[in-house]
Amino acid sequence: MGLRYGTGAEVLRDLDFTLSGGGFYFLTGASGAGKTSLLKLLYLAQRPTRGRIRLFGEDLSEAPREALPDFRRRIGVVFQDFRLIRHLSAYDNVALPLRIAGRDEAEIGSAVREMLDWVGLGDRAGARPATLSGGEQQRVAIARAVITQPDLLVADEPTGNVDSEMAKRLLHLFSAMNGFGTTVVVATHDLGLIASNPGAELMRLDSGALVDPTGSLKNPPRMDRIEVRP
Amino acid sequence: MILDRIFLASPEARLLPAEKLHAPTLAITAIMTFAMMIVAGAGLALARSASAVTSGAANKYVIEIPAAASSRLPVAVATARSLKAVRNVTPVPQSEMRETLRHWLGDAASSADLPVPAMATVELAAGADPEAVAAAVGKQVPEASMSAQSTELKPILGSLRALQWLALALVALMAAAMAAAVVLAARGALDTHRSTVEIMHGIGATDAQVTRLFERKIAADAIAGALAGAIAAALILLLLAGGIAAASGDLTSAPLGLPEILLLAIMPIIVVAIAVAVAHRTLLRALRSTL
Repeated sequence: MGLRYGTGAEVLRDLDFTLSGGGFYFLTGASGAGKTSLLKLLYLAQRPTRGRIRLFGEDLSEAPREALPDFRRRIGVVFQDFRLIRHLSAYDNVALPLRIAGRDEAEIGSAVREMLDWVGLGDRAGARPATLSGGEQQRVAIARAVITQPDLLVADEPTGNVDSEMAKRLLHLFSAMNGFGTTVVVATHDLGLIASNPGAELMRLDSGALVDPTGSLKNPPRMDRIEVRP
Repeated sequence: MILDRIFLASPEARLLPAEKLHAPTLAITAIMTFAMMIVAGAGLALARSASAVTSGAANKYVIEIPAAASSRLPVAVATARSLKAVRNVTPVPQSEMRETLRHWLGDAASSADLPVPAMATVELAAGADPEAVAAAVGKQVPEASMSAQSTELKPILGSLRALQWLALALVALMAAAMAAAVVLAARGALDTHRSTVEIMHGIGATDAQVTRLFERKIAADAIAGALAGAIAAALILLLLAGGIAAASGDLTSAPLGLPEILLLAIMPIIVVAIAVAVAHRTLLRALRSTL
C-alpha cells in the first residue's frame, strides 16, 4: 500500500508486510523516511491512499469511520509531541482512555495512581503538563498509552526526552506488556534502545519504502501484508 | 456559574476549559431571546386586539337612512325591534352624529343646512340572517340600507393581521439568525479545541462523546443566556403592558392574556432547544469531515 498527503508525492510506497500478534518491532530510518506516517496508519489516524491495511483481523482500509473508535481503543499511542491535554492534570490525562472507554471512577482511580507511581510521577498527579518537564510529560503520555493494556502499542520516539535510566524502565514496561501479548511497535533513532532488546524485529524505512533490515537484529520482517492478529 | 456546576461537573466535562466557550453562545441567546420575546409580545398583543375588535363587531350592523328621509328612522327602528332575529337596536342621536362630524367639519357640523343621515346600530341574534332583517326594514323604509360593522373595520383588521404576520416573520428571522450564530459559535469552539478533539478521537472517543462535551457547554450557555434575555424582556413587556393599561384607562384589560403569556414563557425553552439542536448537528457534521 502507499500513502500520499494531498497531491504530493507518496510518502510511503509499496509497503507490504505483516506484524505478528505479540511481536516487538523497532521502526528505524532517517528523519523524513516516513516513520511517523507509517505509525499513523497503524494507529488509524490515516487511511492508505492505495492498497489495504488489516488490523485485528479486519480490513480497515475503507471501514466506516463509526467503526474506528472500537479499534482505536485497542491501540495505545505514544506521540512524539506527547499530545497531552494542557488544561488537564497528569491524572486526568492518564485517566482519559479509561473514561472514554466508560470505566467507572473507582476503577480508574486505582489504575491511574498505580500507573503514575510506576512512571515515577505519583507525586505529580495534580500537575498540569505546562508545569512538567519534557521527560515528565513523555512519561505521562506513555502512562496514558499503556493504561488500557492495549493489543497494539505504537510509540514514536518514546525515549527522546527521558534519561537513560528512565529509558530502561520504559523499555522494561514495553517488554512487560509485550510479554502479556501486546504487539509493540517503537519508532526510534536510539540505537542503544534497539540494542537493549535483541529479541525485537527491525523494520527500516528509507524514503518511504521498507528496506532490508540492518542485520544488527534478529528476525527480519516478513514482507507480505500489514496485519496485527489478536 | 451554577449551570456549569450542574452540566459540567463530570470529569469528562473538564476536557474543555469552561471560560473559553462562554461569550458567544451566552450573549447570542440572551440578545435573541430578548428581541424575539419583545417582537412576539407585540405580535400577540396585536392579535389579541384584532380578536377583541372582531368579536366586538360580530353580529353588529348599522341601519343608515339618507338625510332626506331621516325622519323615517323611528319606523326603521321599530320594525327592526319587532323582529326575532334582532337582539338590540340603538338609534344614534343626531347630536352624537354632529359631534363626530365636528372633528372634520368644525362648527359647520352644527349647521342645519348640513345633511346628516340617520343611523341606528343593530345587534342580531347568533345565526340570524342579516339579509332577511335588511329586507324587512327595507320593506317599511325603502331608503334604509344595512351594512355590517365588520365591513367597515376590514381595512384596520387587515393592517393588524399584516402586522401580526410581520411580527411572526421577524421572530422566525431572528430564530434563523440565532441558529446561524450558533453554527458559527459551535464551529469556532471546535476549532479552538481541535487538538483536544484529535487526541480524544485518537484514543477512541466516538463523535457522540466529543459532541456531548460541546453540547453540554452550549446548553449551559444557552440556558443562562435565554434566562437573562427572558427576564429582561419580561420586565420590558410588563412596563409596556402597565403603560398601555394606564393610557386606556382600563386597568383590568391587559394587552396579553394567559395563553399569550404562556406562549411567551415557552420561547426561551424553544431558543435553548434550537441552540442545542443546531449545535449538535453542526458538531456532528464538522466531525464527520475528519477521520
